[in-house]
Amino acid sequence: MSLNGKDIKSLVQPDRVHRAAYVDPGLFELEMARLFGRAWLVLGHESQVKTPGDFFTTRMGREPVIVARHTDGSVQVLVNRCKHRGARVCEQATGNARQFVCAYHGWSYGTDGTLCVVPYPEAYERPVSEMRELGLAKVPRVDRYRGFIFASLAASGPSLLEFLGYARTSFDDLADRAPDGEIEVAGGVFKHVYRGNWKLVIENHLDLVHPVFVHASAIWAAKEQADVKGSPSSDIGIRQMRANGAPQEAWEAVGLWTGPYGHSYMGDYHSDRRLVAAFDDPAFAEYRAAMVRRLGEEATRRVLGVSRFNTIIYPNCSFMSQFRQLRIVQPLAVDRTVVYAYSYRLKGAPEQMFEDTVAFANVVNGTGSEVLTDDLEVYERIQQGLSSQVSDWVYLGRWYGRDVPDEHGLRRGQTGTSDLHYRNFFTTWLEYMTTED
Amino acid sequence: MPATTTRPPATLSRTEIEQFLYQEARLLDEGRLEEWLALFTDDATYWVPLEANQADPRTTVSIIYNDRRLLEVRVRQFRHPRAHARVPAPRTVHQVSNVLVLEDDGREARVASTLVMLEYRKERQRVWGGLVEHRLRRTDGGLRIAAKRVDLINSDSELDGIACLF
Repeated sequence: MSLNGKDIKSLVQPDRVHRAAYVDPGLFELEMARLFGRAWLVLGHESQVKTPGDFFTTRMGREPVIVARHTDGSVQVLVNRCKHRGARVCEQATGNARQFVCAYHGWSYGTDGTLCVVPYPEAYERPVSEMRELGLAKVPRVDRYRGFIFASLAASGPSLLEFLGYARTSFDDLADRAPDGEIEVAGGVFKHVYRGNWKLVIENHLDLVHPVFVHASAIWAAKEQADVKGSPSSDIGIRQMRANGAPQEAWEAVGLWTGPYGHSYMGDYHSDRRLVAAFDDPAFAEYRAAMVRRLGEEATRRVLGVSRFNTIIYPNCSFMSQFRQLRIVQPLAVDRTVVYAYSYRLKGAPEQMFEDTVAFANVVNGTGSEVLTDDLEVYERIQQGLSSQVSDWVYLGRWYGRDVPDEHGLRRGQTGTSDLHYRNFFTTWLEYMTTED
Repeated sequence: MPATTTRPPATLSRTEIEQFLYQEARLLDEGRLEEWLALFTDDATYWVPLEANQADPRTTVSIIYNDRRLLEVRVRQFRHPRAHARVPAPRTVHQVSNVLVLEDDGREARVASTLVMLEYRKERQRVWGGLVEHRLRRTDGGLRIAAKRVDLINSDSELDGIACLF
């Protein structure tokens, strides 16, 4: 397929999108350059690099990067590629280092990327201190919001605050729920892979028609289970599986909003008192008291009363502010994706809250979860089906033409089961994809 | 299954323990999941940790961490006609070896083994390898699994979904 702007524009129509957006390798390459190469991407949280020398490695699109806390306290995002012969200089997922030392010829870089050591330097015309351009490449823009680390591979573009817009309030929702006012990444990272396009998972996280179909088996199995007393962990798991079987009216009633740059979020659908702190189940009494001590009664009620489930920061971050889960979607190829799923601890909250988070993560994001594995299976079936060349179009027409504006400059779906977010993702996609450098 | 319906003797022979583990593997490989589930005690745990040397299933996430109740949900879910990740169901071969009795206090035996498992589904075969530890308890109904832990050698890697049992 040729890739001029006019051709790309023809792929996205008001209520449908061409299958090429999911299966065309050329478009995927263009996405890496124009979308993942420009947008602010969520890389992680500053609790992952608490002290100088702390680092973690991740990807921006397909760029391998190191996120490091430098000795001056700054957070640095460095391209993980030796400036000498090109080897990656850091192989660990996380750790603490004074320098990143290339395995090949021993070139060593500081945690701000500065080239520090070149062995046998007499062979070069300049001293190492003058070889400044041979430091690790820095990602052009790095910023933070509420402790979350963002970076952009583009030297210019909207500021982070402009980019996030009203969607920033979902990060507020996550951070505000900590009695000590701080959250931290904890409890391990799931990394689940599927053989499908990266967009499928992002779209699915706000698709409120799918749960009762995709998760029918888990909903049924959990509802059939006798309510004998089990561990708190299995209690949370079974409650969450059952929650996916909410009645159709509940899914319709859940709000769904989209805004500029593609960011979107949904309201919460839970009615289970044990899963939602705002419902004042006794299990949350100690937590609530800790919140009231810091914020007072009124502010606590306001913070806990925010009712959101998934928020998408387009293109590749999906998080659950209320349930302390954050997923970063890493495209590997047009038909292969890995999702990193992180859990967050609310500092100052009782330990049971974090154990609940872990139990919830096992069911919602676990590689062996009866819920998640059915999602992954469906993504793969979509990818396989879209290889068909007989039918070109994917339909996004649910509640089309019935979106309504809201007071924050967003658009709200007619109901929670609207395809509004799909349509807005592709409007945004088109903006990135048809803008030339 | 298991061979005896009376309380096993105070000291289990290695052969008896091996036979039990082989029988357990056979039930999984033949898809006799309800019979497999019946091997577990009411207070049993079935645990596939995410991290190497993971100390705690409550404060670190796990590929699978099921008490008896969640294990019942899992086996029931596997039987549902729309358990999509199991349509068709994976076929497995569990190869159990290197059986070592680590401890035996007369009530429970702690048994280590090595698992190599082939999983086949939809034109794809995966190889799994892991170190396994069972806590086997003598009960009036015979030997039962009080805990099973499977440490996969690639547990913390980027993994496709797992809809089979180890």
